Amino acid sequence: MSAKIKFGVVVFPGSNCDHDAYHAIKHVLHQEAEFLWHKETDLKNSDVIILPGGFSYGDYLRTGAIARFSPIMNEVVAFANKGGVVIGICNGFQILCEAGLLPGVLLRNQSLLFACKYVYLRVEHSDSRFTSEHQAGDVIRVPIAHGEGNYFAEPDVIRSLEENGQVLFRYCDEKGAITAEANPNGSLNNIAGIMNKNGNVMGMMPHPERACEAQLGSSDGRKIFESLVNSFVVQAVS
Amino acid sequence: MYQSTITVTLRPSILDVQGKAVEHSLHTLGLTHVANVRVGKSIHLTIDVPTEEEAKRITDEACKKLLANPVMEDYTFTVSKI
Repeated sequence: MSAKIKFGVVVFPGSNCDHDAYHAIKHVLHQEAEFLWHKETDLKNSDVIILPGGFSYGDYLRTGAIARFSPIMNEVVAFANKGGVVIGICNGFQILCEAGLLPGVLLRNQSLLFACKYVYLRVEHSDSRFTSEHQAGDVIRVPIAHGEGNYFAEPDVIRSLEENGQVLFRYCDEKGAITAEANPNGSLNNIAGIMNKNGNVMGMMPHPERACEAQLGSSDGRKIFESLVNSFVVQAVS
Repeated sequence: MYQSTITVTLRPSILDVQGKAVEHSLHTLGLTHVANVRVGKSIHLTIDVPTEEEAKRITDEACKKLLANPVMEDYTFTVSKI
């Protein structure tokens, strides 16, 4: 039995998916999980940092804009810049964009409505530590719950994301077709999740941590975490 | 002491869906000549420094670092002595 991977789940005032992430990691994937209060400045030897969903600081000013300056974020940014693995889910994705760890920004949903439903995502490729257990073109069903998930970046940024294979997940229909109808928020190119150029920071608006058990409606999100855990095992062997 | 009044709006190239919704509503009210509605934020702060230049410099730094996100927003501000 290999050593467990330790996930640090950052808790900001207003985070509300911190316990979902903790539960999925600890009780479904049987890895180590620890909450990290945003005022701490120690990542407690975490192998992976999760910035969870929620409404940090009430979404005041802009989503993620104030959380990005929480004391722990200095450590998270330094950790990421040294190659540490960081995942931002929903509000966590917004914080990563505000912190400059991922390019672009999440605008208000084009519908102006808060979108809370299951969506289908197409996994764009398996050549990342977040999708290695998938096949390119896999369609997964996971929930979204956001009012600002409309991914936007300048055309040259979008082009470079596409060229470098940094787009990992796109909103699609049940069969995997990328259509305007399947896009719940107006995101450019139906983008639902991206990673940075180095492949160690990933952000996505949908909630894989809420879709790790069939009893909760879907276990499709589980492979994302399994890919990640396995990437450490592969690293240790090679 | 100086008072800064900052206006933050979505960049012109970005569709302001909130502005569009407000515009439609204004048209429904019969104000059909109204167009190009943009919704932004107005942020007010006081700065305790001796010169206007210093107040402007601090306001600009606040906008760049926190109050506006240049990927999606523009900002303008005025500074006046109080």
